[in-house]
Amino acid sequence: MSMFGTVTVKDGKYRIKGDFHHISANIPIRNQDNAWQLIGVTNPRDMTYIHTYGGEAVFFENLSKGKIHGTRCDNPDCEFKGTVYIPFRIHCPDCLAKNTVVDLTDVCRKTAIIHTFMVCERSGAFNTLDKPIRFINIEFEGVTTILMSYLSVGEPKVGMRVVPIFRMLDPTYTITDLSWVAEATPESALPKGFSFGH
Amino acid sequence: MIKFSERHLKIPKLSRPVYLVTAGQSKFGRAIPEKRIEELVVDALTMAAKLIDKTPAELKSYIHTAYYGHFADHFGDQLLGEAVIHDRLGLDPLGNIGIKTGGATGGSTLWEAVKTVASGYSDCVLAMGWERMDEVPTDEGNHLISCAADKDWETPLGHIYTGYYAVMAQKYWQVFGKEEDSFRQTMAEISVKHHGYARFNPFAHSPMKITTDDVLKSPVVAYPLRALDCCLMSVGAACAIICDEDTAMELTKNTKNKPLRIWVAAGSHTLRPACRRDMEIPLLPNETDDQYADLGKRFPGGDRYPGFTGFLAARMAVWYGYRMAGIVDPMEDLDVVELHDAFTISDIQTYEDIGLRPYGYGRDYVESGDCYHTNPNTGKPGRLPSNLSGGLIGCMHAVGATGIMQTFEIASHIWNRWGEIHEDSSLWDDFGRQKPDDWTNLQVNDAKKAMAISHAGVGSHVTATILMDPDHLLKEED
Repeated sequence: MSMFGTVTVKDGKYRIKGDFHHISANIPIRNQDNAWQLIGVTNPRDMTYIHTYGGEAVFFENLSKGKIHGTRCDNPDCEFKGTVYIPFRIHCPDCLAKNTVVDLTDVCRKTAIIHTFMVCERSGAFNTLDKPIRFINIEFEGVTTILMSYLSVGEPKVGMRVVPIFRMLDPTYTITDLSWVAEATPESALPKGFSFGH
Repeated sequence: MIKFSERHLKIPKLSRPVYLVTAGQSKFGRAIPEKRIEELVVDALTMAAKLIDKTPAELKSYIHTAYYGHFADHFGDQLLGEAVIHDRLGLDPLGNIGIKTGGATGGSTLWEAVKTVASGYSDCVLAMGWERMDEVPTDEGNHLISCAADKDWETPLGHIYTGYYAVMAQKYWQVFGKEEDSFRQTMAEISVKHHGYARFNPFAHSPMKITTDDVLKSPVVAYPLRALDCCLMSVGAACAIICDEDTAMELTKNTKNKPLRIWVAAGSHTLRPACRRDMEIPLLPNETDDQYADLGKRFPGGDRYPGFTGFLAARMAVWYGYRMAGIVDPMEDLDVVELHDAFTISDIQTYEDIGLRPYGYGRDYVESGDCYHTNPNTGKPGRLPSNLSGGLIGCMHAVGATGIMQTFEIASHIWNRWGEIHEDSSLWDDFGRQKPDDWTNLQVNDAKKAMAISHAGVGSHVTATILMDPDHLLKEED
């Protein structure tokens, strides 16, 4: 019996437990057009990676608490001091000083509008979002960048006001824990596990 | 970066003239199960040798270093595939290196090869690119491609690159296309053109005789993009031989190939479109300071640059490239181009980034008929024909090979060999493809100067490869 691989960090080292790969047999690929001769084999691969969020971990942790964090350059010597970033940037791209983590939850709630969007009928392997996926790119007042996310309730339009929702029940600790809905969407319409985070 | 220093804007200078001597490519297809990559790579190099009347062994005896463009290790499930190919080509123990810049990998491979010759390190360099995208099914392939986006902030959102890319198409469609049916029709015409030109190219993966109605009725992938608006996923290889002047002259002596001067310039921009910051438009030699002052008035929403509507990396690649090669107005100074038509709409965006039309007016390059081999409005030669190979929509997108395929194509026009190469019935037979009864020679008459744009994903890397007949240069040597 196999067990999902789990990881913790202790004493600055990864401590791993369980199975991080599963072995399956190769299967021959034969050519129907040519007397079923061998042309190759399948190479099954099922492996779990270990990935650190590093300095961005605070962002992914706080989504599960109903918070959106960005960062701001506070280096007094930087020509672009005061620039606010979401997506989170650990370091200022201009002066490379470490940015200050700032809580942007209220800014996101009060000022988010759709800059552009895309309704995508297809997805790739490992997708966990419902299709069609309503990709949205969101502008915020006072923020220099434009966050990509997805709309869970409503039909997207450029300039539309949206508000954030958070997967606080059984969070995945990935970017999919943050989604958006049209302004004035009732709590009862939110997808399972999501809330406004108030 | 949103502000340039003077040093950032230094015009690159090659320390000595560099030449494209020959090039070659394999068949391109969605799947080529009967051949390993090493077989396709040998096909490409053998063709390059044949075009200058050499055996592969003779050509190999000139090669001093090798640059290999292969983007997606995980598609082929082989790390250091470059070392495998280098060995199979019998080029050990010469120095070699792999290049990876997404969809721009082919162009970047040429970029490195040209600099290596310009520096004097090598007199003859092999630039070889390939991709194998048929060893996983489409869903898994979409996931693997989505891994070229930001793995924490983008990839988990659908595992589909189209979603990250097409938001930019949507913005352009709304701001500059104004959601007009006529603009949608123009996009469809690009697909018709590129699948149509692919019919005359034996190497091409997707030759199709279609109408704009066929494009507009094809399945929606991400509105307004439909299946026939999108580029191909291909298997194949392409190569080029880059030399200094003496070696170029020796290799081409008494052959049909004239050595062509080559310049490659590159630009970049954030992998994550979300991180694009507003800046002033870097102007090309054919643009003026006040040209874009009222762009936002003419196209509401279009005042944010590069925003989600322009590709800054493409703009910067030609910003450097035009000045290196002496190009002032690409419509006047170039005779043929191959552009990175990942999608019909991004093809239009690129017309503006590279200055074929001002920002906001890219569609006119198609609607005027300028982009065709024969202008459908006038029946005369197109002013600057583009993608006569069929481009990424009709010919191929075998990522690591694409920028080199484009360069092979534009070179064949300057060599005046396009017809000879593409007409060859034995090639059609070898590839198991039916040569159409109405096969047409798309040779651009008297072509002397050409350019290929190689572009990665959402615009993270772009290269501009410029070729010129050395007897028709635009600029005196420094």
